[in-house]
Amino acid sequence: MHNLTIAELVKGLQSKEFTSVELTQHFLDRIGSLDSAYNAVITVTAEQALKAAAAADQRLAAGNAPELCGVPILHKDIFCTDGVRTSCGSKMLDNFIPPYNATVVENFEQAGAVVLGKTNMDEFAMGSSNETSYYGPVKNPWATDSVPGGSSGGSAAAVAARLAPGATATDTGGSIRQPAALCGVSGIKPTYGRVSRWGMIAFASSLDQGGPMARTAEDCALLLNCMASYDDKDSTCIDREVPDYTATLNSSVKGLRIGIPKEYFSEGLHPGTDKAVRAALADLEAQGAELVEISLPNSALSVPAYYVIAPAEASANLSRFDGSRYGYRCEDPKDLQDMYCRSRSEGFGEEVQRRILIGTYCLSAGYYDAYYGKAQQVRQLIQQDFVSAFENVDLIMGPTCPSPAFKAGSKGDDPVAMYLEDIYTIATNLAGLPGMSIPCGMVEDKPVGLQIIGNYFDEARMLNAAHQYQQTSDWHTQAPEGIA
Amino acid sequence: MSIERREIEKLATLSRIAINEETINEVSQRLGSVLELVDQLQAVDTDGVEAMSHPMQATQRLREDEVTELNRREALQAIAPETEDGLFLVPKVIE
Repeated sequence: MHNLTIAELVKGLQSKEFTSVELTQHFLDRIGSLDSAYNAVITVTAEQALKAAAAADQRLAAGNAPELCGVPILHKDIFCTDGVRTSCGSKMLDNFIPPYNATVVENFEQAGAVVLGKTNMDEFAMGSSNETSYYGPVKNPWATDSVPGGSSGGSAAAVAARLAPGATATDTGGSIRQPAALCGVSGIKPTYGRVSRWGMIAFASSLDQGGPMARTAEDCALLLNCMASYDDKDSTCIDREVPDYTATLNSSVKGLRIGIPKEYFSEGLHPGTDKAVRAALADLEAQGAELVEISLPNSALSVPAYYVIAPAEASANLSRFDGSRYGYRCEDPKDLQDMYCRSRSEGFGEEVQRRILIGTYCLSAGYYDAYYGKAQQVRQLIQQDFVSAFENVDLIMGPTCPSPAFKAGSKGDDPVAMYLEDIYTIATNLAGLPGMSIPCGMVEDKPVGLQIIGNYFDEARMLNAAHQYQQTSDWHTQAPEGIA
Repeated sequence: MSIERREIEKLATLSRIAINEETINEVSQRLGSVLELVDQLQAVDTDGVEAMSHPMQATQRLREDEVTELNRREALQAIAPETEDGLFLVPKVIE
């Protein structure tokens, strides 16, 4: 059952081939027996899952169940779950049991989906390797000496290892797309404002966006149908109708104009990745799409702009963790300042502290205009590049990341080397555009991701192109050794 | 590039993060390498470019000023480090 896609599971549940309880038990057993090798799941909610599955079976028997009813999923441990610990991968929230559900969690609950547990992640979503989690690093199922990517590395590894057919994730600078690429799964970061951020623990509020991961584009479409919604509780959520993302999956890509940014195929790109991505583009061309070379001249500025804006917003967002109302408090504080300082120094890991310090620096008196103000102007230039490009093309495609999964520990000493991992993904967050990654090849026995960038609210077209590519390729059906 | 010790100490105070003696040089160096990366921005000509704060130029929505949430004091305080009589307790602030 673990090799079936969500679309197939939906059919199987509705035609009573198997029950949600059987399905849920099957995935719980897999997590129990396999996850010690990957560390992808922080918390397993077996009891609640089986109860939800039994309820789903009743709804299915009654015959009017929503599409995802009875389908087991995992939530990234950044989404607040009522009564279930939500750690955000941090010691700071190791004891945090939210008294409410994130809107995304609520949406899946209403749809009758079954939550198996919460996935591991880089601490507060800050990282590209899943090595900064308080709960230990996640291993890539394709090569356990390599990283799964981050920050949604737990969700990506879990889907790759068939511990769940789909999972939620979040993306601030590439945290859905990069781990999806490195673990050989499909994942989409929607347009900023498409998915509610309410109850999703904030990292950089003007960039954060939730989205789904699954093995196929079709499954991503099914999950996004449920995940995307307008929400009054998120003041940056956009009030716009959510289309049925599955409705246009089967449209032809004939005549589709795909922009290929030359800046995404320059130095630093692994030759194997380059070859795999070009082969995928040739496949789409063979299906009738038209490839158009384009330029995004300010691409190189996206990493420096991001490492001002994201830490600046993080330093403000994370000021709420002060040991007063929830989360970690140090032992025997001698006064209020001591409580703040020690709770934060003991509760936050090294990378989180580093980003708070950088953000504080960029926002401090005398530096604000030179850093934050300047970065917001550069952000405008980066967005303009995309606006101009989309006047001539329908989608933009290129590699998701420069190389396949790197060895664990290999970028630990140099924060900047780690930051450059997101060189192709960050610009879409800065511009607020939707981005996606799907498997398109293997290099050194590790998966390569094809990135698809769409215009604002054009997720349906991206999913359509991805689905059409997956009709003639089989990279998305491959499984790590010992998994299938 | 590294940041001066005095500046690191000021940042630590502003951030309410304690940096211990043994790691201060390492922190300074690593912050320095990140600042070197972001300093690439200084060379960009941004004269007349408006700062972007929301990709779709959305503005803050307003709503009617009415009560929408119920009082959930007990549930919210159940997860607090220390409370008493419905109040959050912190170390003594005023002597």
